[in-house]
Amino acid sequence: MTDDVVKVRGLRKRYGDVDAVNGVDLGIRRGEVFGILGPNGAGKSTTVEILQGHRRRDSGEVAVLGQDPGTADRAWQARVGIVWQDESAAAELTVAETVGHFARYYPRPRDPAEVIDLVGLTEKAGSRTKALSGGQRRRLDVALGVIGGPELLLLDEPTTGFDPAARRQFWSLIRRLADEGTTIILTTHYLDEAEALADRLAVIAAGRVVAEGEPGSLAGRAQARATVHWAEPDGTARSEATDTPTRTVAELARRFDGEIPELRVTRPTLEDIYLRLIGSEDA
Amino acid sequence: MAETAARALGVVGDDRTARLPGAWRLGLLRGAMEIRMFFRLREQVVFTFAFPIVFLFLFASIFHDDMADTGSTASQYYVASMTAAGIMSTSFQSLGISIAIERDDKVLRRLRGTPMPPAAYFLGKIWLVLATGLMETAALLVFGAAVYDVDLPSGLGGWLTLGWIFVLGITGCALLGIAISSVPKSGKSATSVVVLPFLVLQFISGVYILIDTVPNWMLTVGALFPLKWMCQGLRGVFLPDAAAALEPAGSWEYGRIALVLGAWCIGGLVLCLLTFRWKSRNDG
Repeated sequence: MTDDVVKVRGLRKRYGDVDAVNGVDLGIRRGEVFGILGPNGAGKSTTVEILQGHRRRDSGEVAVLGQDPGTADRAWQARVGIVWQDESAAAELTVAETVGHFARYYPRPRDPAEVIDLVGLTEKAGSRTKALSGGQRRRLDVALGVIGGPELLLLDEPTTGFDPAARRQFWSLIRRLADEGTTIILTTHYLDEAEALADRLAVIAAGRVVAEGEPGSLAGRAQARATVHWAEPDGTARSEATDTPTRTVAELARRFDGEIPELRVTRPTLEDIYLRLIGSEDA
Repeated sequence: MAETAARALGVVGDDRTARLPGAWRLGLLRGAMEIRMFFRLREQVVFTFAFPIVFLFLFASIFHDDMADTGSTASQYYVASMTAAGIMSTSFQSLGISIAIERDDKVLRRLRGTPMPPAAYFLGKIWLVLATGLMETAALLVFGAAVYDVDLPSGLGGWLTLGWIFVLGITGCALLGIAISSVPKSGKSATSVVVLPFLVLQFISGVYILIDTVPNWMLTVGALFPLKWMCQGLRGVFLPDAAAALEPAGSWEYGRIALVLGAWCIGGLVLCLLTFRWKSRNDG
């Protein structure tokens, strides 16, 4: 466990009389991509802001790279990269100027040209920020997050508002950073994003971690019962939940003596599991 | 230099925490960047510099009579006062507004998430203000000397007086501007929040209205703030000695000017340290 980059025990934060974070525990290992999934207002952003050191907690233990983010020093800041939800890079500076300037803040920055290339903005290096598209600005935000060569990168809902193509591009950028060995924590409310990127996931609902695990086996997904759907000869739709779908299908095949009308065998998707976890299955 | 500073702060550790860049050097870099950004906004540059010159032109052209027993004209009075107001506008007003907007746009929060030392941000702002304030002052004085026959200081003493009033005045006003930037709730309301007190101060400090016609109680309030003293000091530099008769005290009071402006530099710094916010209020 000494290789945990982030350790959180019993984290709590109240706003007025709302428990935004109500007893969160997390353990995030070096080199993994960790997804924090949850509906809006579940406490994802508050949790990440506490990990960044930008919000005080009410109680609980938090260690990020072995230090309490609430009292961490500049040396710690240099090891943690943050990609913000809002674009806030100076509009009048060019991409190259902005990235080059931020590099100067760090003791061991990466090569600015290489980082600009990594985020795919080489052709735009001479353009002012105000002339970039939304997706390009977000990639500039990522460049500023990684220019210091962080051991840990925190991204809060990085692809909100992206079109599908821009999201795919962004995913491959995150995978490239993960391949370089950066530990990555990202919050999202897109299930496909969590499934595509995260090695492990925590689902947060109403300020608590309601499930934690690999996307493929989250909350017993891999062992979950399958459902066999078919139609009776009179057209009535039928379904049966079973642990042995193959046997059910074989029995149906015997009964129908050949093709089974409208046959489908399903297992719960990440979305089914997720909706059950956040308690809005019927919503 | 950065290395010594870093070592003094005890931040030189193992190779993972290699030497962090020092605040002074980063302050210079930020200053250069701030100045570059300022000049890229052409409209802002034109209006920042044109505003006090237009006001000087209006007031000094409307009121141009000789002021009795002073050996100078009202126009010349306005050159001194408007120069002081120009110094305050490039420092107090522009910082008050721009920092509030940067806070609202989360520029400050982003900087706080990097290892940049906070002092580097403030140093950068001070370099920006010194550069723009110097250009503003030069523009007003050239205009005043060319159009209204204001005598620029003939000896080193006059320039030195101008120099210390400029430095103390612009520093105090810049710190006040940084402090007031925390008052507006959003960047959108910043202009109104900052401009109103500045406008009031200009009236009660004898910028727009001759100092001997401003009611006493207003002057007393104005005397609590730096602008009144900057105006007075610059009148001392640019008007003939006989004009000191206009002053409430009957003299230029350089000692008291230095004292008040110096106090504002220290008080403003304390105010900034106590009240400065890196996040907007509705951001927790």
